[in-house]
Amino acid sequence: MKRFASNVVGAVTEAWQEVRIHKTRVMLSLIGVAVAVCAITTVVALGAVAQQATLEQSERSGGRPASLYMSASMNDGSTPAGMPEIWRTALDRYQIDYGSRVVNTSQIVQFVDGAVPVQTTGVDPPYATMHRIVLEKGAWFTPKDEARLAPAVVINSVFWDRLGRPDLRTHPTVSLVGEQSTTVVVTGVYPALSWETDPAMYMLADALTAVTPVVTDPNLQFGPPSYELWVPVDVSEQLVTALQRDVQGALGSAASVQVNRQDYAAYQEGDPYLSLKLTVGAIAGLVLLLGALGLVNIALVTLKQRIREIGIRRSFGATAGRVFFSVMMESVVATVVAGIVGVIAAVLIVKSPFVEDFISQGQVTDFPPFPVEAAVIGLVCATVVGALAGLVPALVAVRVKVIDAIRY
Amino acid sequence: MTLLHLAGVTRTVQLIDAPALTILSGVDLEVTVGDRVSIVGRSGSGKTTLLNLLGLLDNPTSGTMLFDDRPVQSLSSGARDRLRGKEVGFIFQQFNLLQGRTALENVMTPLLYAEGRQFWQRARIATEMLERVGLGDRLSSLPDRLSGGEQQRVAIARSLVRGPRLILADEPTGALDLETGETVMDLIDEVANESGAALVTITHDPAIAARATRHFRLDLGVLEATAGVPA
Repeated sequence: MKRFASNVVGAVTEAWQEVRIHKTRVMLSLIGVAVAVCAITTVVALGAVAQQATLEQSERSGGRPASLYMSASMNDGSTPAGMPEIWRTALDRYQIDYGSRVVNTSQIVQFVDGAVPVQTTGVDPPYATMHRIVLEKGAWFTPKDEARLAPAVVINSVFWDRLGRPDLRTHPTVSLVGEQSTTVVVTGVYPALSWETDPAMYMLADALTAVTPVVTDPNLQFGPPSYELWVPVDVSEQLVTALQRDVQGALGSAASVQVNRQDYAAYQEGDPYLSLKLTVGAIAGLVLLLGALGLVNIALVTLKQRIREIGIRRSFGATAGRVFFSVMMESVVATVVAGIVGVIAAVLIVKSPFVEDFISQGQVTDFPPFPVEAAVIGLVCATVVGALAGLVPALVAVRVKVIDAIRY
Repeated sequence: MTLLHLAGVTRTVQLIDAPALTILSGVDLEVTVGDRVSIVGRSGSGKTTLLNLLGLLDNPTSGTMLFDDRPVQSLSSGARDRLRGKEVGFIFQQFNLLQGRTALENVMTPLLYAEGRQFWQRARIATEMLERVGLGDRLSSLPDRLSGGEQQRVAIARSLVRGPRLILADEPTGALDLETGETVMDLIDEVANESGAALVTITHDPAIAARATRHFRLDLGVLEATAGVPA
């Protein structure tokens, strides 16, 4: 044990001495490795950001895993009368915090240049969390907004632009034109997606229902309200069955009830980003391979200059194993240092605001922290490359004939 | 007390497409603790091969070779390396200091392969050794900043820092002028006397050989004792 400890410490000391003394050569040979590790770490980390962007986009449209969708209608197409009460009972019974009605309608909005139909979605306050809606200005609905006489609306940025981007602190209002004109107050603005060109808005479901009776004709564009729930993934299947049973039981056989899961994760098995990860990994691996080849090349060339030194060390008691380990450690110590430099550079690149904006394209609200696995992968790759690149010179080193080497 | 015992040692090398080449033939040699032995021989006489054998860097093809009464042929490679590190100190003609390392780091090098106190206190032990050879004020000097004599002193300190019982000096003054060579040999003798180590010197120089108490000539692989310094 004593010998093992002194052997390991001795080998690392020798390796560090070698790196220190030949720092210029080592630095030059390691630039390739540092760049490769930086590349592999950056690519893995950016992959995580891109994955987060895709994931958030999926969650915005389809809800977070697991999102359950429930619809109920009478067999004649009408909306079941007791549905609001049944909905509240279901939320209470299964202690579901995130549930929202979703009512899709179109409201005629009076702009300065004319009245325009605007897609309007009636929701409950939890909807923003369930669909990752983050506002650009103002605030999302709170339960207090239900008591407003002039209903609150949250509009998209196209709508806001069309209003002339008024300061929300001035409580800008908009008129909804209809049988009974209604004034609504803009309380928040959310960013429109890049392909959205039309104004759109959200209202609280109760306020929207009060403004416009819910359309019940199934032949029209907008149907009765649907109901969304965000529940833990592990109980989602049981909840689908339970909700189906409870709501169907409450409405009776004259109604048709459908409950199913519709978030992106419901349709995919395994890792949905596996192919992306494999592609990114293959490119990064290729970069690292090139760095490793450069390192092996320089290590072999410089070994010839060190044959005498190896012979001297052997004459003073260095065993073949010790020489092998030292030469290998030298490579590993150097590449680990290069790996650390590469990872630090990758962190600086990935976390720079410019790169974050470029990669996320405005689609990421929860920026993932720099992924630990990317840093670990970078360092492990550096160590493995160091060991592999050190292997060939180390094998050459142990085959050195001592006296010949001393007289080299 | 016998330190090295060689009896009927031969060393042959198998050549490709040629009969085996005998480099050493029937070598008998006994080196005791505190012995002073000189071996003189022309180039190609087998001096290097004999040095390899005595320094446990190579194994005889046949014959018996005992180090401290232990047959070296039966030792594993690692055990032989460790025995060499502990018991044998080499002094080379070209000093063979490690470039880029200070005098202190050079003398510490053999202690990197030691264990226990010698390993963990290597800086202190190496400093004491350099002070002993009169280089206490040159600890941080790099080899290219030292004179030839100083470099050989560092090499001597390095070869003796682990307290070997056998010192093998291969043309130790070959790269030095006459006066410096004398001084260096005085130092080697002094340090060897202090430690009680045996000193085997391989040299061309009759003056250096004359310092030994026993003299040998190596000619065409055959080692024979001579009464005085061989001509």
